[in-house]
Amino acid sequence: MMLDGLYQEIILDHYKHPHGRGLRDPFDGEAHHVNPTCGDEITMRVSSDLSEISYDGLGCSISQASASVLYELLQGTDVAEASGIHHAFVELMQGRGQIEPDEEVLGDGIAFAGVAKFPARVKCALLPWMAFKDAAARAGVDVGVSPEVKA
Amino acid sequence: MSFDVARVRKDFPILEREVNGHPLVYLDSANTSQKPVQVLDVMRAHQEKYNGNVSRSVHTLGTESTEAYEGARAKIAAFIGAASPDEVVFTKNSTEALNLVAHSAGQHLRLGPGDEIVISEMEHHSNIVPWQLLCERTGATLRWFGITDEGRLDESDLDALITPATKIVSLVHMSNVLGTINDVSRIAARAHEVGALVVLDCSQSVPHLPIDVRTLGADLIAFTGHKMLGPTGIGVLWGRFDLLEQLPPFLGGGSMIETVTMTGTTYAAPPARFEAGTPPITEAIGLGAAVDYLTGLGMEAVHQHELEITRYALDTLSGVPDVRIFGPSSPEGRGGTVSFGVDGVHPHDVGQILDALGVEVRVGHHCARPVCARFGVPAMTRASFYLYTTTDEIDALARGLDQVRKVFG
Repeated sequence: MMLDGLYQEIILDHYKHPHGRGLRDPFDGEAHHVNPTCGDEITMRVSSDLSEISYDGLGCSISQASASVLYELLQGTDVAEASGIHHAFVELMQGRGQIEPDEEVLGDGIAFAGVAKFPARVKCALLPWMAFKDAAARAGVDVGVSPEVKA
Repeated sequence: MSFDVARVRKDFPILEREVNGHPLVYLDSANTSQKPVQVLDVMRAHQEKYNGNVSRSVHTLGTESTEAYEGARAKIAAFIGAASPDEVVFTKNSTEALNLVAHSAGQHLRLGPGDEIVISEMEHHSNIVPWQLLCERTGATLRWFGITDEGRLDESDLDALITPATKIVSLVHMSNVLGTINDVSRIAARAHEVGALVVLDCSQSVPHLPIDVRTLGADLIAFTGHKMLGPTGIGVLWGRFDLLEQLPPFLGGGSMIETVTMTGTTYAAPPARFEAGTPPITEAIGLGAAVDYLTGLGMEAVHQHELEITRYALDTLSGVPDVRIFGPSSPEGRGGTVSFGVDGVHPHDVGQILDALGVEVRVGHHCARPVCARFGVPAMTRASFYLYTTTDEIDALARGLDQVRKVFG
């Protein structure tokens, strides 16, 4: 079934057993993002040194698993590393399935390669990443320019 | 004569296609309906043979186009029991029709602080936001009916909600989420008793039920072409002529004027007053063809077919484990739109897995977030039926839901 590319075991695992879920204090920046077409929501909190990332949300397996993967990848990194990973993930999502992801950089995030082939779901996968970017900016951290998303 | 769904389906070429290697099972007609060849042919023939602008050309093509455009208006008027074609205003869609009413009736009634507009929690955003905007502009207050646990309008506080302060009552006739068909007779009687206008959003009812505006109890109704076998880009506002005649224009421009000078303008009579600019001519003619098609089958027959499908769907879905239906659980007083949740699985994921099996449903908040909030969920999955829907398609939906539970179990 075509869906094998979308619902990878890794994604379903992160959805059923999310890592780092739940809002925690203290934090320096917070952002709440919604997907207006489906009502999915995510709240992301970030400390200015990226040592603490926390989140909570409501939504589909793709958006919620993506938040869990983000937490795993970015928690405890420095700004340069976080920017690189952020950029790589956004680029992967915009690649329409044409980009070969680098597991060294994206870890479990490579499971989202298949999502890029489903334009209606790219926004779901990106929701936590865009919320993270805004929360980081509010914490005074610039994770760089990521190409705007038109899904 | 019994309704022959197999013969009806032959008129809809798209129903022959496959999606992801499976026969298309189209269960999203509340979103937009499919179009029969009879509509597509009329629209193509118009563009190929008769195309000219309407209401302004002396030449033959312009005259033929005008006749076809006005002919469509007359068909639609007859379809809903309007007293005259002049009561039928063409708009872009229901949303535009409702915005037109909010602007023009709001201005006509000189709404201000102390005045009230009453809607319900069951509305599509298109029957919420225009009224919120009107209240912001005028200082009027928005109030609303709630929804009962069974998914019906809660009329228990009718007399407290609709009072002499009420100027407009605007309600959905059939819910696009719950499928509920609202019997608005009590509400309309109360509204008229206090002198308020009654507006009905009939986007989901005119396509599926026999509608007669003479007995409906409304002063104005809105509906849209693309949900009733017609094209997108064409909608209808029906209003009692004596009311339309009093309303000021909404959009200004060509076609809606009587005479224009540099210092002022007088306006045409309805419906032209509300149709500024070149209208969607081919689309209006296409909607006329759709009405011919529906009339040919008979709206009572269409409704009976959908009742059977809805009964079958409610029975089938209530037998699927982990499925919770939102809205009335029996087919009485409801239409062929069934929203549901699958425990532990987000509607987006339900919709994605169904799509992989060729089953097209809508997921999300259905432009009616307050309805989802009322039932405590961020989103729902919705299957909606029409005259071409079969029980086999309902079975395909149920099989798809089994697959959903396998993937997420």
